[in-house]
Amino acid sequence: MPIRLEPRAAASRWVRYLAPVASALAAMIAGTLLFFFIGHDPAEAFYVFFVQPVSDLYGLGELFLKTAPILLCATGLAIGFRSNVWNIGAEGQLILGAICGGSLALAFDSVQGWWLLPAMFLAGGIGGMAWATVAAVLRVRFNANEILVTLMLTYIAGLFLSYLVYGPLRSPTGFNWPESTAFHGAARLPRLLDGTRMNAGILLALGVAVAAWVFVRFSYLSYQMEVGGKAVNAARYAGFGRNRMIWLGLLISGFCAGLAGVVEVAGTIGKLREVVSPGYGFAAIIVAYIGRLNPLAIILSSVLMALFFIGGEQAKVSLGVPSAITGIFQGTLLFFLLMSDLLVSYRLTWVGFASNSAEGGGAVDG
Amino acid sequence: MAEADFFIFIAVATLTAATPLLLAALGELVSERSGVLNLGVEGMMLVGASTGFAVAAGSQSLALAVLAAIAAGAVLSLLFGFLTLTCMANQVATGLALTIFGTGVSAYIGSGYTGSALEVAGPAGIAYLSEIPVLGPLMFSLEPLTYFAFLMLAGVWWFLQRSRAGLTLRAVGDAPEAAHANGLNVLRVRYLAVMFGGAMAGAGGAFLSVFYTPVWVENMTAGRGWIAIALVVFAAWKPTRVLFGALLFGGVTIVQFQVQGINLGIPTQFLSMLPYAATIVVLVVISSDRIKIGLSTPASLGVPFRR
Repeated sequence: MPIRLEPRAAASRWVRYLAPVASALAAMIAGTLLFFFIGHDPAEAFYVFFVQPVSDLYGLGELFLKTAPILLCATGLAIGFRSNVWNIGAEGQLILGAICGGSLALAFDSVQGWWLLPAMFLAGGIGGMAWATVAAVLRVRFNANEILVTLMLTYIAGLFLSYLVYGPLRSPTGFNWPESTAFHGAARLPRLLDGTRMNAGILLALGVAVAAWVFVRFSYLSYQMEVGGKAVNAARYAGFGRNRMIWLGLLISGFCAGLAGVVEVAGTIGKLREVVSPGYGFAAIIVAYIGRLNPLAIILSSVLMALFFIGGEQAKVSLGVPSAITGIFQGTLLFFLLMSDLLVSYRLTWVGFASNSAEGGGAVDG
Repeated sequence: MAEADFFIFIAVATLTAATPLLLAALGELVSERSGVLNLGVEGMMLVGASTGFAVAAGSQSLALAVLAAIAAGAVLSLLFGFLTLTCMANQVATGLALTIFGTGVSAYIGSGYTGSALEVAGPAGIAYLSEIPVLGPLMFSLEPLTYFAFLMLAGVWWFLQRSRAGLTLRAVGDAPEAAHANGLNVLRVRYLAVMFGGAMAGAGGAFLSVFYTPVWVENMTAGRGWIAIALVVFAAWKPTRVLFGALLFGGVTIVQFQVQGINLGIPTQFLSMLPYAATIVVLVVISSDRIKIGLSTPASLGVPFRR
């Protein structure tokens, strides 16, 4: 190749954070081009996907409504990813959180009280954490790959929720729909703004993100987790047990995903039903990456991802394409980031075709 | 005779259910033996499934449908290869992105066909041979892709264990630096291995949507791509053991359907959990022997290679 890669001594901080922004723009452009190639007016497609959904107050409310669960999941995952713990099953932990929080709301159907909502969040967080515990035990005790285990647990969680809403938790007055009874007022997150569906979930998510940032930035424990993930031997030498890091990474991310589940059922949905998330837990993996595993940057990438979800729904209504194509945007976004990371950590040097053979020998040191 | 018939029915159903897993897992196995962990199998299978379905619906040619699915899987894996091999991106993150991307692409390709069914006749069977009692239905009246999967199994085994090219591939997976120093083109070998993985995942997807359940439903692979990845671990990266794993999971799937049929009062959702729970159990059993799993894992699995 006429191009040679030279590792940069230190990647510039600005470039590191500029790359996700550039990737986001590139993904938007690529997505618009995609719509053009499949026969839509690109200007209209761009407007429908990225502008129209947030052009009024209601739309902005929807944006922050969807930001909340994504942000919660992504914040937790980022802490795990920093320590090289690959929790891919936030979606399943979210579902368990929804089940635990939602069941509590249904169990206290006739009781009103300010304590119910906090109790639901606690139950949901513990539910998500319990689901992640399975993966942690199997990883630490039996060395089972956490990527595959958390994913399998996600499928199991979805089926369990389906069982509950078709069976024991099905509303007796719901005309046989696979749904629970609607939660009463004390089990619902309060709305923040009239004329929108935005609820207090976004405040919780922002609070968790800021707390996570403080944890990551200032705590010794977080430093230990990072070392434990990036340099296993150095961590062992320093006495930071790898197993403890795996436990913490999975429990924290499970807890956050569980909270996201409660935000969905206590906020947006207001009851348990077969599907409580359109893939927020999976999208959160991408969000964590785009935010460079920094909780404050993840706030921004969560808003972007929420826009992708709303855009997908809008495109379904206006352009007649399935809303699942938002997955194309999500995947493209991460592809661009991963590609641009090459430029962040390496300098490309043009060495020309002629000198290829001579220079080729020099570049073999890698 | 009724019992024998039932046994044959179960055996044929198990072989059929095992086919997509066998195809996808063999592809992933070759990719991983070259040192590349592609977690995008689920996405590639889905794109294969939707492409195969669309082509079958449009052309009425099942062969064309399978070829198109294979091509689609290979193209997606090329994208993965570009990112992880040329751009040296993290393989885990790229694979996840590929699965999410592929899920979206498949939803778009299949959007015109949601819920519609293909008119597919069952396997015709091989003339005369399929009429032999017991052996006939068991060996000569399976789906064409099931035979193809077994052919690939033998081929992959021969390639890895007996051929010079297979030795090259294993060398690249276990010691890329040494292979490079010996003049082997590490990236080219890995590109080819990754593309083989994509093609096989595409074929597995097409089997699902064109032969197994000839309808298109979003996310119809339902985690089979991930189970295929787990099968490679279960098989300790050995092709022959992939067969046992695939048959085991095919069997679990069929048992689950049978039990649903006789209605023991177990909610269907719990039965549907069986393959996923079995995957976890199998992973735990096989992974707990850390030394053995460590020795079987291709040494450079997941590590980017920089020239």
